[in-house]
Amino acid sequence: MENIITFAPCVLLLPFLMFLFLGLTNYKWTGKQAGIIGTAGITVVAFCCYYIALQYFFGGVGKPDGATAYQTITVFNMEWMKMSVAHPGLTISIGFLLDPISAMMLIVISTVSLMVHIYSFGYMFEHGHYDEGMQRYYCVLSLFSFAMLGLVLATNIFQMYIFWELVGVSSFLLIGYYYKKPAAISACKKAFIVTRFADMFYLIGILIVSYYTKTFDFVEMNTLAENGHTLVGNSMEGLTFMGLSLTTLAMFLIFLGGAGKSAMFPFHIWLPDAMEGPTPSSALIHAATMVVAGVFLVARLFPVFAIDAPNALEAITYIGAFTALFAAVIAVAQTDIKRVLAFSTISQIAYMMVALGVARFSIEGVEHVETTLGFTASMWHLFTHAMFKAMLFLCCGCIIHCVESNEMAKMGGLKKYMPITWACFGIGCLAIAGIPPFSGFFSKGEILSACLENQCTGIYVIMTLTAGLTAFYMFRLFYHIFYYEENPEYATSEHKPHDQKWPMTLPLIVFAVLTCVCGFFPFGQLITASHEAIEIETNWFVEGVSLTTAALGIGIAYVLYYKKNDKPAKIMAKMQGLCTAASHRFYIDEVWYGITRSFIFGIICKSIAWFDRHCIDGFMDLMGWLTNRASSESKDFQSGHVQQYAWVFVMGVVVIGTLALYL
Amino acid sequence: MNYNQFFVMQPEISLAVALILMLVADLFLGEKSKKYFQPFALAVFAIHTAYCILAGNELTGATETAGAQAFAGMYQTSKIHFFVKNMLNVGTFITFLFAYEWNKKENVNRIGEFYTLMLSTLFGMFLMISSGNFLLFYIGLETASIPMAALVALNKKREESAEAAAKYILTAGVSSAVMLYGISMIYGSCGGSLYFSDVVKNFTSSNYQVMAMVFFMAGVMFKISLVPFHLWTADTYQGAPTPVTAYLSVMSKGAAAFSFMVILWKTFSFSGVEPSTLAWNKILWWVIIVTITVGNIFALRQKNLKRFLAFSSISQAGYVMLGLMSGTAAGMGSMIYYLLVYLFTNLAAFGVICNIENKTGKVGMNDYNDLYKTNPKMAFVMTLAMFSLGGIPPFAGCFSKIFIFASAAQTGEYLLVFLALANTIISLCYYLYVVKAMYINHSENPIPAFKSDKMTLIGLTICTAAFVFMGLISPIYEMILSWSFGI
Repeated sequence: MENIITFAPCVLLLPFLMFLFLGLTNYKWTGKQAGIIGTAGITVVAFCCYYIALQYFFGGVGKPDGATAYQTITVFNMEWMKMSVAHPGLTISIGFLLDPISAMMLIVISTVSLMVHIYSFGYMFEHGHYDEGMQRYYCVLSLFSFAMLGLVLATNIFQMYIFWELVGVSSFLLIGYYYKKPAAISACKKAFIVTRFADMFYLIGILIVSYYTKTFDFVEMNTLAENGHTLVGNSMEGLTFMGLSLTTLAMFLIFLGGAGKSAMFPFHIWLPDAMEGPTPSSALIHAATMVVAGVFLVARLFPVFAIDAPNALEAITYIGAFTALFAAVIAVAQTDIKRVLAFSTISQIAYMMVALGVARFSIEGVEHVETTLGFTASMWHLFTHAMFKAMLFLCCGCIIHCVESNEMAKMGGLKKYMPITWACFGIGCLAIAGIPPFSGFFSKGEILSACLENQCTGIYVIMTLTAGLTAFYMFRLFYHIFYYEENPEYATSEHKPHDQKWPMTLPLIVFAVLTCVCGFFPFGQLITASHEAIEIETNWFVEGVSLTTAALGIGIAYVLYYKKNDKPAKIMAKMQGLCTAASHRFYIDEVWYGITRSFIFGIICKSIAWFDRHCIDGFMDLMGWLTNRASSESKDFQSGHVQQYAWVFVMGVVVIGTLALYL
Repeated sequence: MNYNQFFVMQPEISLAVALILMLVADLFLGEKSKKYFQPFALAVFAIHTAYCILAGNELTGATETAGAQAFAGMYQTSKIHFFVKNMLNVGTFITFLFAYEWNKKENVNRIGEFYTLMLSTLFGMFLMISSGNFLLFYIGLETASIPMAALVALNKKREESAEAAAKYILTAGVSSAVMLYGISMIYGSCGGSLYFSDVVKNFTSSNYQVMAMVFFMAGVMFKISLVPFHLWTADTYQGAPTPVTAYLSVMSKGAAAFSFMVILWKTFSFSGVEPSTLAWNKILWWVIIVTITVGNIFALRQKNLKRFLAFSSISQAGYVMLGLMSGTAAGMGSMIYYLLVYLFTNLAAFGVICNIENKTGKVGMNDYNDLYKTNPKMAFVMTLAMFSLGGIPPFAGCFSKIFIFASAAQTGEYLLVFLALANTIISLCYYLYVVKAMYINHSENPIPAFKSDKMTLIGLTICTAAFVFMGLISPIYEMILSWSFGI
């Protein structure tokens, strides 16, 4: 325990210091030096994280002798601001909360971040020199690592909100890294505005909850009172707003913030565009860590959701299921390889949401049909998905680095040029399709069995269907890149495609190994909603069905895309309407754009602008004019004559005396 | 007489020792070793500062005015007194750092005078802060004022410097006369004693006594440069050597404001009575509004940065006075916190001005055009200081304003707080003029790039770090608050 206290501040401080150091010494370092500094920093952080997480899970810190459940440990919690006037006792603290999910997130974030730091060395090195913005790049990566670690370790919802926004900012900065590209600029603005818009709901949710509970603290919020309800539920008991229970409403608003970051429908529009950023940062932020912040948020407040706002959880399930299917359908029709992965990310995160949505909290002594399996499954999938999706993105980076294009049409037949990338990409595809023994098989299987176990058959069917689609579009991508028809330019080109140097291949191999083994981790022992170990049984029916569907998906992809043929074109011609709609992402972007354009800009903004220009500006101009006028009229007052000063002094005394006596 | 009583006066005694050491050193150092005088003086003063901080730490259990006293209540001290003195020590030390280069270049023959005069005024301020008797307060005030006039005139060859000193000493004379008259009236009407504890027993708010209080207040308000007793400020600030201006605008204002608060709360108030019904409260209400507004309106037109900061400091003094209105511990805490933040922020601004004036002799706002191209660090520090003075988050200036507004609002002074808030908008405007000059306006011949000396850089770093981070570190405010007391 003492060791953890020593290492804990390092986890938060070091990335922040790195950020300050790289940010404030701008352009002092060459690209290589900046990279080494950043990577060295994150290496230390990663080791601290591993140490803490291992100590927590296996070193007896989380589970002291005799305890059956993992403890929630507040390593430190510094009071930062007291809101003494309106709400006595309400304080905002900055702290370090250790429980199974935050310990797991420590591993995820530090691993992916470290790998991405190393990988970027190779990725940012092009045409014989490092990118000129290297220092800025590593600086923002450090900021991101700091923010993300702070987010998962937050002891209270307000701290989480602060880091939540910091994460948003660093995502904004990384998407807009190539700031000379107009597409990158509009993408980063889009990402920031959409997520910020969703965060507004989150903030409202926080305010409602904290208004009634008089605390921001997660532990206090989640603790079950004697009547079996949480503090949030008890303090808002019986309150309704427009026919909805206020607890449900507030928790749903909080979820909406998470939906923004986790790209749930209809806030998903920013994520595909965010692929304009450098590919390693996409792997870190838009595949593995930041986009699961929404899932993490729901998991963090899971007892509140499950016990006091089951309706909100139900809504989450439906939104998640719809998003999963919807994104998978779109992914089928995309031709930009990073966008396919982006939609697949949306779809997979939706899986995690669904898993949380179907899980319920079982209270001791009360017979419950539902189980908390979904919670474990969701976290498990979060973990495995982070590993294999980061790997897939990094593979994409290698391919893009060679081909210098994101379009599938420019690729094909790359297998013989890039064997390592081929192998890793293949493992990733098998994992995401849910083929044993790769990690995705286990985690996805648990999600599906959780759906079935808790009597959500409809959801189960949708998710199985989505799993089939996932297998199909991933293998479409795989075959299209590595088999299909070789691009004739390769053979003649001076720079033949090839596997990259070690900084880029090492992370791939590390992730590939992790993808192979992390399905066998005993997640049921470590991460559960109640912190007590649960038995995970393999549901053979579910596994059988999902394997069949996946095989079907792969089979169809094999038939259509292994060799160049005209079948895909024919099928597309038959289903033209659907294809066009899917490749245009079902026009959701246009809908948002239309709403923004006509309603927000056209009606609200125009009227506000008018009011602002004529009333507020007018008033301000008047004040300014008056101030200026008063200033120029009164300048003679300050004449520089001492006699006058003395006169004013004495008159001042007289006036004030009169005031004091007669007022 | 019990000579142990002197031990209560640790800061004063330590300061006196430092002062004497410097005097002796100045006298006996030969021509050749003159160059060691400044490092010696800095070292001595640093030791004094450290000693005061340690002594303040050792003071136990005293959070009330009567925490410890000496000479039958003539001299009072407590944790908060120590804190204010330490604050002034640190501020003075930073001023010395800024003055280092100026002393070497322009003030070569009067370095010793500069340090000893500074310490004398500081000694006066310490007495003001700790006084428990009007007489001691008056002596402190004069000890702080008269050497100050000499300091203002230190640059003898410059006509403005001499003129500024003449104006200062003449107006200070008028103010002292009025104040002494007030004190004599208090003596006459409050049972023939000048001890605060005696005066408060006999103070009944009769017309005669209120008039006496007004006379007394006028004298102190002159020191804090509240309107309508502020007219000397601009001329003196502009004419004085810049380090002296920095000192004047922060230290002497801070000391006077704190002792003003203690005297108003401890002698002219009745405990258990709503503060807003007290006579001084009504006076201050108007004085604050007029001060903030007049300070702002005049600051808008200034082209000379020192004069500009003079008016800015007048308006800031108005904000400081908001802390007095509530009469609660929160009021005192927020006022001292405000002073602390203001000290570092204003010193940073003056540090930049002083540095640039040393190197180029320029103090006009137009001279600063395009400064960021040639001296990005100076422009950056100045910008941060202006933001903090204007109260833009996340700098400490924002938090200090919030705390002081909150303390005034707690006792229902909503209109006052609203007017003060509206005034911050005007103040933002002129603070941003400076930023605009440095970053947006173009200039044919901007201030050339130069290398700043180490002392100035150290001083600026301390100040900047302080006002950037202090707002984020809440224990500082909490600590001040825990030592504060109300009426």
